[in-house]
Amino acid sequence: MSDTDKAEKISPPCLSFLTNQNGGKTVENNVALELRNVCKYFGEVIANKNVDLTVRKGEILAILGENGSGKTTLMNMISGIYFPDEGEIIIDGEPVVIRSPKDAFRYKIGMIHQHFKLVDVFSAGENIVLGNSEDGKFRMKEVNARVMEIAEKYGFHVDVKKKIYEMSVSEKQTVEIIKVLYRGADILILDEPTAVLTPQETERLFAVLRRMRDDGKSIIIITHKLHEVLSLSDRVSVLRKGEYIATVETANTTESELTEMMVGKKISLNIDRSEPKDVQERLVVSALNCNTREGVKVLDNVSFTARAGEILGIAGIAGSGQRELLEAIAGLQHLESGEIIYHDPKTGEAVNLRDKTPLQIRELGVRLSFVPEDRLGMGLVGNMDIVDNMMLRSYRKGKSAFLDRKNPQDLADRIIEELEVVTPGSHTPVRRLSGGNVQKVLVGREISLAPTVLMAAYPVRGLDINSSYTIYNLLNSQKENGVAVIFVGEDLDVLLELCDRILVIGGGKITGIVDARTITKEEVGLLMTKTSSMNEEKEAEDHA
Amino acid sequence: MHKIERPMRDPLFHISKRDDMSWKKRFLLRGGVILFSFLFTGILSWILIGVDPFTFIGKLFEGTFGTSRRIWLLLRNLAILLCIALALAPAFKMRFWNIGAEGQVLMGGLATAICMYYLGDKLPEPVVWLFMVVAGILAGALWAVIPAICKAYWNTNETLFTLMMNYVAIQLVSFFTNVWVKDGSGVLKNATHLNGIKLPELGNPYLLTLLVAVLLTVGMFIYLKYSKHGYELSVVGESENTARYIGINVKKVIIRTMALSGAICGITGVLLVGAINGSVTTATVGGQGFTGIIVSWLGKFNPGFMVLTSFLVIFLDRGTGQLNLTNNAFPAIVTGIVIFFIIGCEFFISYRLKFRKKKKQEGEVLQTEDAPAAEQTEEAKERNLLQKIGDGAKNCVLTAARGVKKGALFIGNQTAKAFRKGKDLFKKKPKEKAEETQTEKEEEDV
Repeated sequence: MSDTDKAEKISPPCLSFLTNQNGGKTVENNVALELRNVCKYFGEVIANKNVDLTVRKGEILAILGENGSGKTTLMNMISGIYFPDEGEIIIDGEPVVIRSPKDAFRYKIGMIHQHFKLVDVFSAGENIVLGNSEDGKFRMKEVNARVMEIAEKYGFHVDVKKKIYEMSVSEKQTVEIIKVLYRGADILILDEPTAVLTPQETERLFAVLRRMRDDGKSIIIITHKLHEVLSLSDRVSVLRKGEYIATVETANTTESELTEMMVGKKISLNIDRSEPKDVQERLVVSALNCNTREGVKVLDNVSFTARAGEILGIAGIAGSGQRELLEAIAGLQHLESGEIIYHDPKTGEAVNLRDKTPLQIRELGVRLSFVPEDRLGMGLVGNMDIVDNMMLRSYRKGKSAFLDRKNPQDLADRIIEELEVVTPGSHTPVRRLSGGNVQKVLVGREISLAPTVLMAAYPVRGLDINSSYTIYNLLNSQKENGVAVIFVGEDLDVLLELCDRILVIGGGKITGIVDARTITKEEVGLLMTKTSSMNEEKEAEDHA
Repeated sequence: MHKIERPMRDPLFHISKRDDMSWKKRFLLRGGVILFSFLFTGILSWILIGVDPFTFIGKLFEGTFGTSRRIWLLLRNLAILLCIALALAPAFKMRFWNIGAEGQVLMGGLATAICMYYLGDKLPEPVVWLFMVVAGILAGALWAVIPAICKAYWNTNETLFTLMMNYVAIQLVSFFTNVWVKDGSGVLKNATHLNGIKLPELGNPYLLTLLVAVLLTVGMFIYLKYSKHGYELSVVGESENTARYIGINVKKVIIRTMALSGAICGITGVLLVGAINGSVTTATVGGQGFTGIIVSWLGKFNPGFMVLTSFLVIFLDRGTGQLNLTNNAFPAIVTGIVIFFIIGCEFFISYRLKFRKKKKQEGEVLQTEDAPAAEQTEEAKERNLLQKIGDGAKNCVLTAARGVKKGALFIGNQTAKAFRKGKDLFKKKPKEKAEETQTEKEEEDV
């Protein structure tokens, strides 16, 4: 690095310092946390580059950015999980070094991770006090009293004696938030807190967050959902490809402006949904029952029909049986009872797919493609290159004991070209590709099999906006080609825009199959929680 | 607001992932590390056993390549170790931790010996050879398939299982030796007990072993890279879920791969007993079943690399053997250190350490930013203090170095003088003595 480069790198914080000085002392005092010039690299990947960020006291700051734009990495540096390669973190006007989550707590920073870090067999209270013995003594009563005090102050609903494994996702999240508050955090970081919540739970969470803001806490919320940003935050900071773009006042911005900042160019966010044509029954599922190995019921009397030329959406809180349902159809789950009848479009014959292995299903001539939720753990092999991953579906062809890599090579080249996969070449291990490109490789391979049924579980999870719309368009074109598409999604807005019918699943039961063109988001949200535990209904009553 | 304890300084270093190195750079790094480790062990040998580094490295080469017999022994040991490592490669690639090669080889050897003992005097020798090979392969495969079946059907822990099978194999060999050897010596002799059967020598007693190893290396390379079986086993190894998803019969692949692994171990046993030793003892394999694990791992399950890694291990083994030490722990120490260096090198290939930056420049910036007045931040003070301490330490070291230099010169001069005087005592020639004193004076003047 040349000297001029260094000089350039050092200058921005100097400037920001000067502007702060001019702004007067009140502004300076109001700043809870400031990042200057923070950089983080993972090998040649730039996760964060020269990020400057200011969080004031008593505000909700939204960090907006597409997946892979470095939001979580940045927050992990504040909370002591990663250590920045360059730059400094300033808390209350003093530069600090945060080496571990413990340090972060000393500076009153608390992070609520996307994946909860709770001990299942402990109660809420025990989890909250875990690792936080101030004077070495453990008085559960006092702890519980303090927890209740915090809960009352901000309007949480929590049962301190309830065990974590008995809790719903939103209850677990509440415990995580209280845990952080209990330790006295003044700066709270929430990583995609709404990803696992229903619309109703989201509203409740937002109310709590607003109350905390009014209490003078600083709240940083990471999200890529624009409407949430607009309804909740005071200011928005946008990151793109690891770089800091700008911070704007939420009141002075619009959804399209934010999108442009996020993506770097203007894009239209519309899905062209065509009317289903030539609809016919393709897959009739009736009375499926499925248990886990431990004997817990995950699918309870599930029946539905997937039709050719139509997209059937599946909505539900994460872990309500969506994965098991698709895996059951793909021949990967053992079923207690029920039938899966496939109607062959050519012969019109009906075949029962129950208790068939994936190989047997294939040998029956059923062209069933499946894009599983776990892309690198199930759909693809991370350490293999694109060609070898193409081969997963086709390597058995022919009687030779040796592999034919020529056809997979052609297919890989075609997919890279047609779906615009960004990769150094067809011999790059897929784990090195970004999430969107991994998904393009997987979806491309599954579509190349010319399926009659295409199942996709969370196909846009972790993808940027452009890649997401590429996938939506691919699903749409499959539907127009007369494929029966089953789409498991988490974003209700997208489900309502993309699908023809929506099947709502709650606790392994179907709680409704509705017309996506007429139903509202709130109605779907209500169906999602319909069979959830009685507690929540009670809670809602208490609330009212 | 709340009082915050003073922050700690940056950590001394932190670890971050490195970009992919070019293969050239990697090759150079690995080569350099191996050279360095030789030098290091050389110095260690100087300290521990009094052999200076150059003699040490010379001995390593002499011990390995010194005579044509030594080269043949090198090739023989290399071939055996390589065969075992090759046998382990498919199992490891499938993430089946087969640490039972020791037992599988021994079972192959035992089966061979059984054929030699019971059939050697009844059938013509070539037919016995055939029986030996088939029985050895089957016995090795059987020893590997038993844990594989248990793993596939009941998900037992293959590490413990294969390890325990080693001990069973050793005890079986011990049992048969006791049954066969009636004179109580416990030594099974080829000529007296095993009917003098030996696999054919192709001009050299070790050539057959070498040929088998070459064939296995090429075969295994093709099997792993270009065959459908090889592809299936690596998918199973990478992710069983993916394997199930595309309809691979995981149980079948596990059992099949382990049968192959055991069969190659069995072949190695046939070679050891039938061609090299001519007999079987509990120490026939001598821990090579475990060394093979290291070779296989270091070679990243690539047969080509495994040739190099097994060469390295055997080279060290043969070379240090040449030192004729009474202390036989030293060769093991050397091998351990070299392997340690190589493994360390792999870490630095994929990660780099980032050390704390010298804060001088940043410190200046900080001062202009945070403390424009004379008041210095505590951190800057601390840094100054540290710098002072650092300077002090530097001075100390420099002074000490100067002192040592002076002292050394002084001692040197004194000994030189004493030496000369001593010489004089022997010579005792008054004339020269006078001259000496003169030169001494001159020297002192200088």
